[in-house]
Amino acid sequence: MALPQRKQSATEARLAGLVLPAGGWSEPPRREALDRLAAMGLPDRRDEYWRFTRPDTLVQPEAPSARLMADDEAPLFGQTERLRIVFVDGVFDAAASDDLALEGVSIERLAETAGKDIHWARDLYGVLEARGQTPVQRPFAALNTAFASDGVLIHVTGRPSKPINLVYVHESETSDVILHHVVKVDAGGEATILENGPAAARFNKCMEVDIADTGKLHLVRAQGRDHDRRAATHVFARLGAESVFKSFTLSVNGVLTRNEVVVELTGDDAIAHVAGACVGDGDFHHDDTVFVTHDAVGCESRQVFKKVLRNGAVGVFQGKILVKPGAQKTDGYQISQSLLLDEDSQFLAKPELEIYADDVACSHGSTSGAIDETALFYLRSRGVPHTEATNLLTLAFLAEAVAEIEDADLAADIVARLEGWLARRS
Amino acid sequence: MLNIKNLQVKLEEEDKQILKGVDLTVEAGKVHAIMGPNGSGKSTLSYVLSGRDGYEVTGGSATLDGVDLLALEPEERAAAGLFLAFQYPVEIPGVGNMTFLRTAVNAQRKARGEDEMSAAEFLKVVRAKAKELQIDAEMLKRPVNVGFSGGEKKRNEILQMAMLEPKMCILDETDSGLDVDAMKLVAEGVNRLRSEGRGFLVITHYQRLLDHIKPDVVHIMADGRIIKTGGPELALEVENNGYADILNEVA
Repeated sequence: MALPQRKQSATEARLAGLVLPAGGWSEPPRREALDRLAAMGLPDRRDEYWRFTRPDTLVQPEAPSARLMADDEAPLFGQTERLRIVFVDGVFDAAASDDLALEGVSIERLAETAGKDIHWARDLYGVLEARGQTPVQRPFAALNTAFASDGVLIHVTGRPSKPINLVYVHESETSDVILHHVVKVDAGGEATILENGPAAARFNKCMEVDIADTGKLHLVRAQGRDHDRRAATHVFARLGAESVFKSFTLSVNGVLTRNEVVVELTGDDAIAHVAGACVGDGDFHHDDTVFVTHDAVGCESRQVFKKVLRNGAVGVFQGKILVKPGAQKTDGYQISQSLLLDEDSQFLAKPELEIYADDVACSHGSTSGAIDETALFYLRSRGVPHTEATNLLTLAFLAEAVAEIEDADLAADIVARLEGWLARRS
Repeated sequence: MLNIKNLQVKLEEEDKQILKGVDLTVEAGKVHAIMGPNGSGKSTLSYVLSGRDGYEVTGGSATLDGVDLLALEPEERAAAGLFLAFQYPVEIPGVGNMTFLRTAVNAQRKARGEDEMSAAEFLKVVRAKAKELQIDAEMLKRPVNVGFSGGEKKRNEILQMAMLEPKMCILDETDSGLDVDAMKLVAEGVNRLRSEGRGFLVITHYQRLLDHIKPDVVHIMADGRIIKTGGPELALEVENNGYADILNEVA
């Protein structure tokens, strides 16, 4: 079916300034992704999946500029020994990065392997993204696969002793960055990946994750405090039997964020937890769009999203659990909640369940509320000042999402960031 | 210590007068009890003194050691030395009991210009006081009042009182929902806190709490006023004859 003219023009305008990296193993999947993109076009306001989030600034050819924020906080995850891989406005910074050699994992850069004809990532690059295009189209992910300038290819063969930390530094006010990562976890392997930083004025990031039977991957990310930054991110995760995928995302500030997470449970008894906490003040639009497909027996999935919004900030949640025929004993849970600190803020939620198996337990809930006045008075009657009491209750509201982070030190780091955000507004 | 003069209070949202001129003075070192039938205004008095929203003071005054309580925010009243043990202690999911206690203790110290308590010192003190109230370490770790039994909630109120060391303690129906053993435990906790410099106002329906917390003065409240004041024997009279006789006598 031909695209509407308006959509086609917008897509062509966006593609005009982009060059598809040619040669090597990644060119065929990139060309296929470009074909996918050409067929679907970039989204506009009329797309149902973009009903709550305007995609125009993500589609327009030039990235809207984003002021830089002086980073006055201690480096995130600074207390954790980790292998740092630093990208400055999407460009790998070798001097700031650690040696990529680590036992139990092989780490390579996408751009460096481009000359090779054969690579393990060929089986995954664009493959999970393509699977994630049905039943809902995700055009920015196809754009990403086609045009990504770099990224990391992580093959977890064992249990690396420390987390791999992707650090995204933002130094140019007009940077427009596309990075694509591929993570493959072998049977019995277990790793933690940390991501932090604003990355760019406009950031399009895609991560494809394939976890073999019994493998485990923990993903903890924090998206950076720059107020004007824009980000469209995708995670596509495919889980084998008895494997585990746990992700948590912290979003503090950012004028526009759309985080899509697409999880496919393909092996029996796998576990996927996807969580997020965001705090926004003023010109802030944050969209979590999650799609979890149960296609095996006895799997568990959890979606836990909490948003704190004030001064007209907008939060969006579109979360779906699809239980395919035969996916019996599915245990699906989904909760999305907002704490609206004033009358001007908005939370738009679209929770969905679609179930084709008869022996499943799925629950979902979505709420919007203000600070609990009774709890507030109780705290104040004990001498806790109004602001401090409000902050305490705000952190308490976010606690269920933060609790999804297994590692206590990483969770404490995230809480410290939230406390910092609250303290700056007190 | 606590001086209430001709206090008149109505509901903010509707035109309903609850307190119609309450006069009450609690001296340091004394325990005063207020008894009265349902709807007489006992709980409203405790809420108005602690600064809860929803009430409008239409006349009179309330001072604590000369400080005008009614002009202060709830947290300022707490820092000034007022404490209300809630009839229904509030559950706060996500806030650990310890965090809550330490935040409260240090906020009050800060407000009074005192040094904050170190984490180690705080832990030592809270453990000792918790032990006296048979509050175990597990209860201290749990979120504030979440999943606590009725008795645990009331003991937790007394623990907060013990940690905050207020000058003036108001206990709002602290005996409600307690079995005999739990009531004894709570009463012992309160009795340990009795001292020369501290006043108590114990609000209750029943005489039985006053068997354990022996009051110096007993007031009977009805229809927004204190209608009779006497010694401990007044509580016994209520227990034996109900409120009807006293109400008739005053009328």
